[in-house]
Amino acid sequence: MNALLVARDLVRHYPVRTGLFRRPLRLRAVDGVSFVLPPARTLALVGESGCGKTTTAKLVLGLIPATSGEVTFAGEPLPAPHTSAWRAARRRMQMIYQDPLGALDRRLTVLSQVMEPLAIHGIGTKPERRERALALLDAVGLQPHLADRYPHELSGGQRQRVVLARALILEPALIVADEPVSALDVSIQAQVLNLFEDLQARFGVAYLFISHDLKVVRQVAHEVAVMYLGRIVEQGPPEALFRDPAHPYTRALVSAIPVVRRRAGRERIVLQGDPPNPIALPSGCAFHPRCPVAVATCRHETPALKPWHDGRLVACHVAHGEAALPQAA
Amino acid sequence: MGALVTLSGLTVDFDTGKRVVRALHGVDLVVQRGEAVGLVGESGSGKSVTWLAALGLLGPRARIRGSVLLDGIELVGAPVRVLESVRGKRIAMIFQDPASSLNPVQRIGRQIGEALELHRGLTGAAARAEALRLLDRVGIPAASRRLDDYPHQLSGGQNQRVMIAMALAGEPDLLIADEPTTALDATIQAQILALLRELRRDSRMAMVLISHDLGVVAENCDRVAVMYAGRIVEEAPADRLFAAPQHPYTQGLLDALPDLEGPRRRLAAIPGTVPEPARLPPGCAFGPRCHRAEPACAAAVPAFRAIAPDHRAACLHPGPAAASTREPAIA
Repeated sequence: MNALLVARDLVRHYPVRTGLFRRPLRLRAVDGVSFVLPPARTLALVGESGCGKTTTAKLVLGLIPATSGEVTFAGEPLPAPHTSAWRAARRRMQMIYQDPLGALDRRLTVLSQVMEPLAIHGIGTKPERRERALALLDAVGLQPHLADRYPHELSGGQRQRVVLARALILEPALIVADEPVSALDVSIQAQVLNLFEDLQARFGVAYLFISHDLKVVRQVAHEVAVMYLGRIVEQGPPEALFRDPAHPYTRALVSAIPVVRRRAGRERIVLQGDPPNPIALPSGCAFHPRCPVAVATCRHETPALKPWHDGRLVACHVAHGEAALPQAA
Repeated sequence: MGALVTLSGLTVDFDTGKRVVRALHGVDLVVQRGEAVGLVGESGSGKSVTWLAALGLLGPRARIRGSVLLDGIELVGAPVRVLESVRGKRIAMIFQDPASSLNPVQRIGRQIGEALELHRGLTGAAARAEALRLLDRVGIPAASRRLDDYPHQLSGGQNQRVMIAMALAGEPDLLIADEPTTALDATIQAQILALLRELRRDSRMAMVLISHDLGVVAENCDRVAVMYAGRIVEEAPADRLFAAPQHPYTQGLLDALPDLEGPRRRLAAIPGTVPEPARLPPGCAFGPRCHRAEPACAAAVPAFRAIAPDHRAACLHPGPAAASTREPAIA
């Protein structure tokens, strides 16, 4: 398959010292994540706090070093961070965050912000940069009179448009977007989600889209990977995955989403307890202590992420029918 | 049934020093005994301000007019002594971020004990026993060990359970839950909402659920009021409001929401942004963003009037959504 971004068995562990004797322990933030993102497509990483989705994004961009595993971008291994080769690659991989105000320089006007990356990379003359920035402001739906405003004079939705324009000006092949619409109100969120779609159609950019919101993910993603405690537990096209989740965690997650019009017969699964401490992960499948269908095998053997009957990937002994009969609790 | 709290013509003006800005433009709302009322709207619509004003919690810069009746007792302009007998006791409140509502340097048990002493005069062993019962009631596992924990030793979901236990300490008639699950993960949100449903079933406590999440409100409330720019623009029983919304803003909010099921479609976004309180457009505040607006809409604020029994909307042209407002899906 034609791949823009490939992550192969990415691992990121953090050493921590805790407890009475300050024993060195490992926090497994990301524990073996692999995926392929083709050009001009959207892969979403979803999951709850601490599942490793943001750490995965940082690993992909080389913002933090991986403990092991590798990242390939446009067919080449990602160069070592902070080298000139890495900077050249990073021109084609941009990142945007949840809080646009924090990402913008409050002292610069909208136009200067959007032109700045071109100046940093020494691209074009000043009038050319200006022209290109104005064209991008138009592409993200900002009217020309806003070009001279400062970030604090804009609404949240307008700021996120500026951030998008600035990310796009270097013509990236990939944008990593970490919760880009989570801070926006519903009516503005819809505008920005539509803009993401339009920009992908127009500029052919691929998105690695990180969100905790399943409804948002279903709207933008071609492929979705559900993460739990540092691993992908289920991956596939969002329609099928949310209509008929195969992994018990995905099933609980989907059923927990409050909806305005509930489909008759859709049951709600309320999981007990909190996710376990990532420093002391349970043995076997990390989800088994909260899993309503766990069997003995789940406590001992970590399930592999492998194709299910419809082609999606699932990491669950029970879903794959390879577990022994459920035993009494 | 019978009215527990009646808000009439509630207005709030904030004195910024330079000028006076009106944040709430005359809110009328009744909460019946034992009822769950949802208050939805986007940031700045006034849904939190309404209840902070009702309980006199907005501070000296806010000027509050209108009436808030709790069982016939007027709360607007009431002496502090009266307000203190209401706050936390008859009307309790929980907020979005439990960690910042709890005292980080006091043990959980002591904080619940403080509420018990204040509202029910319990001290010593009796307070500790009751605190334990409450922690157990809100589903904290191994509650007796948790009494001596500090908030940072508990997860976000458990801290929200502690907040709920403190709110229950006064055995309130009404719980105001202001975005109680917004900071929590989806599976933990489901736990907290299930807990609130269970508590209300057992105690007949009324609830006002303030949320920006239409799904949360639809699943947990009997009746829903939609707010926009400091006014209630539509109010109806929850089933009816979400099945047959009449105000274009309510319809716009529903169309802007991505679905979890059915065919994928392009979202129908509401154009423009929410106006600032100091720069409201003339007439209907939603007019400039409304596809049904006409000159009459800018002439005067539309009256909040009944469309059907139990269903009111503030719109000159209320009616069902046009079938074609949803753009076709993009492949």
